[in-house]
Amino acid sequence: MTIKRRDFLSTVAAGSAVVTMPGFLAGCGVQSARAIARQAPQNPFMEWFGVDQATVARVMSELTARGADAADVYFQHSRSNRLTLEDGIVSSANSGIQQGVGLRVVIGEQTGYAFTEDLTLPSMLAAARTASAIASRSRVVGPQSFNPSSSGDLYTTTVPWADVGIDQKLPILKMVEAKAKVRDPAIEKVAVYWSDGDDRIMIATLDGKLVLDQRPMTRLTVVVTAKKGDETQTGYSNIAAREEFSWYTEERLSKMVDEAVDRTLIQFEATRPPAGEMPVILAAGASGILLHEAIGHGMEADFNRKGTSIYSDMMGKKVAESFVTIVDQANIPRERGALNYDDEGNKAGRTVMVENGILRSYLHDQISARQYDLQPTGSGRRESYRFAPMPRMTCTFMEDGPHTKDEIIAAVDHGIICETYTNGQVQIGAGDYTFYVKNGWLVEKGKVTAPIKDVNIIGNGPESLKRITMVANDARLDTGGWTCGKNGQRVPVSQGIPTVLVSKMTVGGENVG
Amino acid sequence: MLANLKSLAQQVVDLAKGAGASDVWATVSNSRDVEFEFRDGALEKVKDTTARGLNIKVFSNGRYSTHQTTDLNMDRLAGFVAEAVAITRALEPDEFRQITPQELFKNRPSDDLDLVDTHVGELSREQRMAWCREMDAVATSHERVISATTGVYDGTSRSASASSNGFVGSSESTYCWYGSKITLKDKGDRRASDGFFAGGAHVETLPPADVVARTALERALARLDSEKGPTLKTTMVVDARSAASLIGRLLRPASARRVQQGQSYWAPLIGEKAFSDKLNIVDDPLIQRGLNSRLYDGEGISARVIPIIEEGVISNIYVDTYYGRKANMTPTTGSSSNRRIGTGDQSLEELLGAVGEGVYVTSWLGGNADNTTGDFSLGLRGHMIENGQIGRPVSEMNVTGNLRDLFSRLEMVGNDVYPYSSTLSPSLVFADVDFSGV
Repeated sequence: MTIKRRDFLSTVAAGSAVVTMPGFLAGCGVQSARAIARQAPQNPFMEWFGVDQATVARVMSELTARGADAADVYFQHSRSNRLTLEDGIVSSANSGIQQGVGLRVVIGEQTGYAFTEDLTLPSMLAAARTASAIASRSRVVGPQSFNPSSSGDLYTTTVPWADVGIDQKLPILKMVEAKAKVRDPAIEKVAVYWSDGDDRIMIATLDGKLVLDQRPMTRLTVVVTAKKGDETQTGYSNIAAREEFSWYTEERLSKMVDEAVDRTLIQFEATRPPAGEMPVILAAGASGILLHEAIGHGMEADFNRKGTSIYSDMMGKKVAESFVTIVDQANIPRERGALNYDDEGNKAGRTVMVENGILRSYLHDQISARQYDLQPTGSGRRESYRFAPMPRMTCTFMEDGPHTKDEIIAAVDHGIICETYTNGQVQIGAGDYTFYVKNGWLVEKGKVTAPIKDVNIIGNGPESLKRITMVANDARLDTGGWTCGKNGQRVPVSQGIPTVLVSKMTVGGENVG
Repeated sequence: MLANLKSLAQQVVDLAKGAGASDVWATVSNSRDVEFEFRDGALEKVKDTTARGLNIKVFSNGRYSTHQTTDLNMDRLAGFVAEAVAITRALEPDEFRQITPQELFKNRPSDDLDLVDTHVGELSREQRMAWCREMDAVATSHERVISATTGVYDGTSRSASASSNGFVGSSESTYCWYGSKITLKDKGDRRASDGFFAGGAHVETLPPADVVARTALERALARLDSEKGPTLKTTMVVDARSAASLIGRLLRPASARRVQQGQSYWAPLIGEKAFSDKLNIVDDPLIQRGLNSRLYDGEGISARVIPIIEEGVISNIYVDTYYGRKANMTPTTGSSSNRRIGTGDQSLEELLGAVGEGVYVTSWLGGNADNTTGDFSLGLRGHMIENGQIGRPVSEMNVTGNLRDLFSRLEMVGNDVYPYSSTLSPSLVFADVDFSGV
């Protein structure tokens, strides 16, 4: 249960890119990469994956030969490209293709799972038999054909990433570097990391549903290292979305560069705050990490159906002040966490987890929804065909409250403001969670005074919710490239929040008497 | 099986050369992985998979790129490789991008690392189920158990590499892990939870399943009734398991990449005494049955034992060929293998007795460190040390400081190495550490 801003810190030679080459086969061997992603094809089985509908029906039949309450076949073809600029040159590229099919059988709370990267009938049938081994009931009759659901329109693109050449991307990386270098003479090094990708998903279910989704994603990161005297500081910023090339406007790039440079330079003045409990103001935007860790994971219904979450017995109860409403919403166009359909083929939408302070809904996948006798909330997600889905967050945020940012700062006698973050984590059972603050400010007698840096903050989910005493009217989603990890599966997410006051949290600090 | 992988790697090298690459490095791998998960008396999940992949590094007239695919259909590989070479040509030249020089993959050790246990490939459903039932019975045996998930995870992975300048290598290893995660009813709505897993290349080295589950249950029971501890400066004892991850954080700046990119506080300290003389760390790829043992690294550099820190002095860092050329440093290896941390002669009990009062850390929760400055702040769970004994359980606390300062105040090391990690560390004792709590 961890969330990381981005693990470029551990990625050596990340870079990547694609040259558009006529006739390149995207992997299925049937259609060139340039032709994908404009619109859903007439025959996605054949055009995307080189298999016909009858083959998929045959595989489904094998998959459910020993019984099933639910079953799905999840085809995926992903292309990703990365580029790295270091020391003034784009000297490293990476491209990747991941293609395969995951097969799942569900009986009650039991799951059988297998995948294969060889999309031939014998190989898919063998994987289906392996997945079906968990069941021991009689055969269920599967569909002979599948009914396509309408395509979603949350992140339709006009130019797929496969059509954007390296020659178009290089100037962006160069521009980012140049903009950062001119900002301050203390800046010694600038590194820029680009990534883009097209992801094609096709889900066929036992009840005859067929869902197609094309999911673009891009992310750009700039890392700045500055030196003053003997002291060196590093800072970074990134932006990410389910977007296309034209999204990278000069204005957007300038804003990202300014953030990275400001965050780096302020660290020369920043210190650690005093250690211990104090009021904490969470700045609007990225501070949504509080919601992700303090409540979001604890509301994922797999933990609750097993009784292992601290929120397991709180449904319908008052957990926060009446001005606190917390939502997980997948249908926000082009956000990093956005989804037309979840990875079980259910329409993804809006789930109100806390409404006016009352706990209203968990985040369900099909297994938990069946157990609670509810409709799925479209929260079943998976990292890829290599994994079985489970309840996950998408875009998690708090709605506006009745206060203003200025009122909140004025209300704090001695505390801190948290502004940027690198990562967070939660312990589902105890409810204890943390997030690491990279940049922030001291607040003394209602005024913002000095910069702070590098402190971990720790709290308890339900206690922190009760301690949200003020919520401002400036809610916004963060544009950073957040990735959530759970049980070894990573998925892209978004988060946001208005300026919020938590009356007491434990702040890591150094100045212990 | 390995012969097929080797042959495919060599074919890909030939394809890339044919497409115009100056040099190429190809790695082909496959794996079989099986998971059995049992929860509260019943089988919950079975996952049985085979995965495969090709990874190529292309060098073309001073330009460089890497590519990977799971699609190994021979009809399409030629197109994939041709595009890889074309992408490379579209980049900017970088004089430091060169294939690994042959002298670095000469003198490869011939040790038998004993990384394959044929029993793993032959494990039956019945055996996995028997282990699950045995662990489940212990894990659910306490009256406060809400839920326990028990699992067996095993598999085999193989890979082979070939290069245009004559490198050929292959490796195979097995693994088998099992253990339990347990959630207990605690005060109010709180649940206490923890778990324990044991594993290794060979089944015979595993502790009995019921012993592993017992350890998981004891760890979870130790979390009951925990409370936030005080804000104070005191001695910190880090248990051997948690020490492994703390050492991992300490070593993150120890690479030529970070040094060359100006993101390492180690840079001015190489060759200097940077830490307590109690600190000794060796990178050892040649441990028999070691979790990260190998005869060559990802660039083909022949494996050897590399001292990283000797009595507090930084003697080597991780240097790959590219950043080594850029930073004018001799390559060691670009990626860590097993790390052996020097041990002392006292048991954990003796360390706690010697410390008297302090905080005993049994796990971390979140937190991070800045590799450029060494500043860190971590959440923790553990116990107060009272009269030289493990005392009341504490949680919701942070420890904050600077990693160089912290490891300069390493006062004692134990003799109790945690074996289920590639970082083989004993318990560590640090003086004058800042904790924040109530």
